[in-house]
Amino acid sequence: MGRVVLVTGVSRDLGGRFARLVAEDPSVSRVIGVDVVPPRVDMGDVRFIRADIRNPVITKVIAGEDVDTVVHMSVIATPGTAGGRTSMKELNVIGTMQLLAACQKAPSLKHLVVKSSTTVYGASSRDPAMFTEDMAPKRMPKSGFAKDAVEVEGYVRGFARRRPDVTVTMLRAANTVGPEVTSPMTSYFRLPVIPTVLGFDARLQFLHETDLLEALRHATTAGVHGSFNVAGDGVLMLSQAVRRLGRPNLPLPAFAVSSVGGFIRQARVADFSPEQMEFLTYGRGVDTTRMREVLGFEPEYTTAEAFEDFCRAVGPGMVSPERVASLENAVAGALRSDRG
Amino acid sequence: MADAEIIPLGTRGRPGRGSGNAKPSTAARNLAGGTAKKRASTPAGSTGPRQVDDTTQRRTPPAPEETAPAPEPSPSPDPTPASSETSSTFATDRAPGAGIPVGDWLAAFGSAAKELFGEAWEPRLAEFLAFLRRRVTGDYAIDEYGFDQEITERFLLAAIRPIAQKWFRVEVRGIENIPTEGGALVVSNHSGTVPMDGLVTGVSIHDHTGRHLRPLGADLVFRLPFIGDLARKGGATLACNDDAERMLRGGELVGVWPEGFKGIGKPYSERYKLQRFGRGGFVSAALRTGVPIVPCSVVGAEEIYPLVGNIPSLARLLGVPYIPITPFFPWLGPLGMVPLPSKWLIEFGEPIRTDSYDEGAADDPMLVFNVTDQVRETIQQTLYTLLMQRRSVFS
Repeated sequence: MGRVVLVTGVSRDLGGRFARLVAEDPSVSRVIGVDVVPPRVDMGDVRFIRADIRNPVITKVIAGEDVDTVVHMSVIATPGTAGGRTSMKELNVIGTMQLLAACQKAPSLKHLVVKSSTTVYGASSRDPAMFTEDMAPKRMPKSGFAKDAVEVEGYVRGFARRRPDVTVTMLRAANTVGPEVTSPMTSYFRLPVIPTVLGFDARLQFLHETDLLEALRHATTAGVHGSFNVAGDGVLMLSQAVRRLGRPNLPLPAFAVSSVGGFIRQARVADFSPEQMEFLTYGRGVDTTRMREVLGFEPEYTTAEAFEDFCRAVGPGMVSPERVASLENAVAGALRSDRG
Repeated sequence: MADAEIIPLGTRGRPGRGSGNAKPSTAARNLAGGTAKKRASTPAGSTGPRQVDDTTQRRTPPAPEETAPAPEPSPSPDPTPASSETSSTFATDRAPGAGIPVGDWLAAFGSAAKELFGEAWEPRLAEFLAFLRRRVTGDYAIDEYGFDQEITERFLLAAIRPIAQKWFRVEVRGIENIPTEGGALVVSNHSGTVPMDGLVTGVSIHDHTGRHLRPLGADLVFRLPFIGDLARKGGATLACNDDAERMLRGGELVGVWPEGFKGIGKPYSERYKLQRFGRGGFVSAALRTGVPIVPCSVVGAEEIYPLVGNIPSLARLLGVPYIPITPFFPWLGPLGMVPLPSKWLIEFGEPIRTDSYDEGAADDPMLVFNVTDQVRETIQQTLYTLLMQRRSVFS
């Protein structure tokens, strides 16, 4: 008898892909997908149950299906897809509370995996260069997804205290990029002209989408207790990332970026949330030593490679590397021919 | 209406600001109407077709105007057709590029390149172009603290080097005390109103040993736009135990100025008197990582901007530790920001080893205080010795 895995948030892209991925694992006998809306793509071996995790009915699902592993993936960062910030917060916070309450009542549960985010560390000028898992944010996130993530982590820690027999793995994923990811960060990089904060250059770390899924699968099967930062190796500066993307950037003073960001959000061009401002000003780096040594996971893509893959999917902008290289050759060639 | 077009204002006679707009504003029309009336009385016979000359100015007396352009009314030597609507303010009419052949441009660039890069300009230019391409396409590497080695070596160090060598005539002693490899913590006194001493120490270490000094900066530095960005690109990171230990474990040469703002912003009357060395956090970082502490004494930086006053209320308002007043700043404006050309001496003392202490040494406050005092005493004594050796402030 293999394991029975329950995955929340399967109708969203990454949740669905993760559910299918984990269904292929030989140690897993059954995968149950839960979400409020039915998935739009074929879910393969995954059994879909339409249930709202904000509702106590989830208790019946966990108990009835004899679930021993819960993978909580429905902490969402994009208010647009959830139908506004209010409903996003409700889904994130109340959903997690209900899910954890149901988990606490389920004696069969052995393992809980929660996908969190590195936004819980916040972003400020007083940040250390690299956050390790036991560091607290220097400035608590006050709004939006980052605050939700902090609250979700708080509930998960409370759960871990009350059910010491359950192995709780919390993955703090860096900004996930990839050809198919929709997140505030990827829609920011998809803007034709990228607004940046004048006088600041943020350090960014990226995680490729396949690495995120692989890390979750690894966490589901390995069963290691604790919180782990998950990010690709190395760091990219925001200016560097924009240049690699080949798009023009528009440095604006901080107050202008937030109003432009608000306009972009209202025009529904991109989900440009205010808490991104701090991140785009100061950036953030996380230490991944524990991911390698304790969790035993090694991402396939580095930060730069993950971003390169994203660039390929987005397509080169106005200042593509080819154009710059050909301009360089043209200038060098012209000068040489003139002399010769 | 024809009279209005005679007004030689550089707008081809049409009212307005010469913006080329077909329709001038009401204000512009009113203005033009007023002047037209005035001029209508003087040149009586010039009411014919357009005869505007580019060279005519408003100041020119009306006499030559009557004689010169009047005889040839329609096909004037003017390059623009008289009937066309283009005004001389269009950039295309005046662009110099049109007349110069491409070959001449290239020749000019070629000689400029020769001037800039010397005789072997071709490979160097190619290298420079490749550098530009790498920068534009983002094809360069930075480390996890945001240190951009290329920019640092090409621009930051290159900008500070002449200041250090020519302006301050830095004399470096005891450079052999800097380990050639592995982590080490350079601890220095801090002075001079702006952290020039840190920059000059960094350049001096790089020029003598080839190693990059990685400074630890206050969080104010990273809060400021541009400065914080440059500091990270130049290899600095936040002065906190996490970053210090991380860098030292990574085998970097880390620079720390434990006096902080107390040292850099002390009045000129207290020059060369070391302030309190913080909480000794740098010592516990060195003890935890077992790296040697290299004391560094800088003489000369105190005199570059003699701090004689402070505006605490304004400083509080702006959220900065002090607003400097020197004998020249802010009285002379930007000129007051030129540092005085004092003579600098930098001496690196014998490294203080920390690897002989046992594991829990960093958690023993008394030991940390003792080592902190030892470092502080060493630097203070070296400062006095160097001051005795210095003949005068500026030589």
